[in-house]
Amino acid sequence: MSGPQRVKFYQTGTFTVGNRLLDISVRSIQSDADRHNSLNSGHRACQGCGEALGARYALDAAMHAARGQLVVANATGCLEVFSTPYPESSWRVAWLHSLFANASSVATGMAAAMKVKGRTDVRVVAQGGDGGTVDIGFGCLSGMFERNDDVLYICYDNEAYMNTGVQRSSATPPAARTATTPAVGPEPGNVFGQGKNVPLIAMAHGIPYVATASVADLRDLEYKVARAMEFRGARYMHVHVPCPLGWGTPTSDTIKVARMAVECGLFPIVEAEYGEIIGRRELRQRIPVDDYLRTQSRFAHLFSSRHLGGRDEARIAQMQAIADRNIARFGLMSARTAEKVNA
Amino acid sequence: MLKQCEGSVAIAEAVALCRPEVICAYPITPQTHIVEGLGSLVKSGALTNCEYINVESEFAAMSVAIGASACGARSYTATASQGILFMAEAVYNASGLGLPIVMTVGNRAIGAPINIWNDHTDSMALRDAGWIQIFAETNQEAVDLHIQAFKLAEALSMPVMVCVDGFILTHAYERVDVPSQADVDAYLPPYEPRQVIDPDEPVTIGAMVGPEAYMEVRYLAHAKQMQALELIPELAAEFKAKFQRDSGGLIRTYRTEDAETIVVALGSVNGTIKDVVDAMRADGVRIGAVSLISFRPFPSQALHDALAHAKRVITIEKSLSVGIGGNVSHNLRMAIQNPQVRMYTVIAGLGGRAVTRVSLDRVFREAMDDRLEPLHFLDLNHEIVDRQLERERLVRRSGPVAESVLRDVGGVTAGIK
Repeated sequence: MSGPQRVKFYQTGTFTVGNRLLDISVRSIQSDADRHNSLNSGHRACQGCGEALGARYALDAAMHAARGQLVVANATGCLEVFSTPYPESSWRVAWLHSLFANASSVATGMAAAMKVKGRTDVRVVAQGGDGGTVDIGFGCLSGMFERNDDVLYICYDNEAYMNTGVQRSSATPPAARTATTPAVGPEPGNVFGQGKNVPLIAMAHGIPYVATASVADLRDLEYKVARAMEFRGARYMHVHVPCPLGWGTPTSDTIKVARMAVECGLFPIVEAEYGEIIGRRELRQRIPVDDYLRTQSRFAHLFSSRHLGGRDEARIAQMQAIADRNIARFGLMSARTAEKVNA
Repeated sequence: MLKQCEGSVAIAEAVALCRPEVICAYPITPQTHIVEGLGSLVKSGALTNCEYINVESEFAAMSVAIGASACGARSYTATASQGILFMAEAVYNASGLGLPIVMTVGNRAIGAPINIWNDHTDSMALRDAGWIQIFAETNQEAVDLHIQAFKLAEALSMPVMVCVDGFILTHAYERVDVPSQADVDAYLPPYEPRQVIDPDEPVTIGAMVGPEAYMEVRYLAHAKQMQALELIPELAAEFKAKFQRDSGGLIRTYRTEDAETIVVALGSVNGTIKDVVDAMRADGVRIGAVSLISFRPFPSQALHDALAHAKRVITIEKSLSVGIGGNVSHNLRMAIQNPQVRMYTVIAGLGGRAVTRVSLDRVFREAMDDRLEPLHFLDLNHEIVDRQLERERLVRRSGPVAESVLRDVGGVTAGIK
């Protein structure tokens, strides 16, 4: 046998593997006692916050890749607010917050300054929530993509404006209850619109690297950040981060809920280079959207509709159709996986 | 070097002489030629060590400048009119963060109704944003103020807006003395930031600040502007010693020594005002003028001293604070604090309406006869206004205002004298 032996994962139904089973070079960055702790403990995020977890993993991976030579632009939002009431900053990276809508542009300026000063070793990350990314910051983000500025933009998507108290964003899923899409009337919750798939829109810009990731699979998140840092130019990562407060889930279930979003097909995990999909994470144990939606009180009205006196079958079916379309579109089930499910 | 060139070209050359490291470019009339000029200088290699970024909006322009400046790069952008309103949030942010960005504003009216011509509504809309605002009277002064602006901004770690009348200056071909690179280098040292985003010494910039410290931070912005009141004349004096030219400073007086009537204005209209002053002086009228160069900080003491002996002060204003009148004159009243001085506010030149010597001569004489109303709109067509008000009184669906007025006026050229 030539070459290194392939790692084998013996657990089923999970990607979890003990670090001690792995070669030291491929162990989790978080398991390293000398990790950067870019987002340090003691911040004010809610218990079970998916965004805090995602940001910690993502930034430590970026810091690792940049050998500590990293600067960060942060959009206004939960991540900015819970981390910074001065002088109690949780950031152990050079960190700049300007406004809600402009993190990508600020990052462009930072990259330009580093370039002009000959500091091409310094890498730039911009980050924000879904509101700051897919809604109010979308124009700036597209501009940064189009110019192919040397910035990795990371969106932590918790599917609503959580910082202001759970209002709908254009990343909010259909039917979800938010403060501005209340679960009342004949069509409770968010509208069934056309959707706004920012990873696909990012890919349409033809930028070097686009990936989705989830806090359900933190090793995959670390890998993708590391991969993104191998490119120069504009890169985009869209990380799914459950919000217990906004979604109405137990704070202990953040990872479980995130995994169910992936396994039902509503949040596809894909990877693309220069506008072409080069990888997808196949479903391991496909579940109906029913199971995922039931975990969250923001969808409770789908299962006890006052209007219909029970399950809202039509709208649950519409949600399932969205998941089915994702699975078909991104090839999330190989023939083998499909066989396993059907059997 | 003496040149005969367009104002925007001269400004672009002056900015280039200041060795900006990051330039954010977004077109908007009448500022566009400035960033075009800088683009050519960068592209041709005449301006090196400079990142020229074509952004997708003015909001992005200021945001890129914020990121670049926070990383220690000398940063510049230019805008006008709708552009400065579109970036308004970032304009406040730049000053709040204490970033010494320099921005040219090619002053232009704000829509609706959409209008590309000159007035000061755009800069005035952001007068309280914490930026230093200095107004150029001529293209030579526009060139000189930009060189002083970078030095001023970086000395205070506060952003500076250099306001240049759209078209009247930006598009006018005039003789301009563009300084040498060596002289500008000797005047303007490299940028040494007070705060910087640096991975080797990581700091958090832009943190949440609550009631326990917010007032102090805002007050410090005011304190910086009070320091600017000292610094602006010093930099102008230093500039004069180096370049042998009077440019900048807080205010510039013209024949005010024994004047009973003094006219105060911002920007290029001072040229016309001085012509009228000269003509009236020839008739034996004791009149003078003050060109207000620094609007923020507002040079209250300097104005108080310059206007102390005046019986009446007439402010010519190219912006309207709708619902009350003049922006400059209200600030001026605070500075004079003498109820014996009669003050007249003349709103003039909105949306590019010509401010003529004939009209100025008329209002100055009316003021001196105490016949002028306290708030006067120069060359306003009252008949047209009354016709529209009457129409609105008679008909509920009176239609869009601007279009009705335009129809009554009888075409875009009818009002130009």
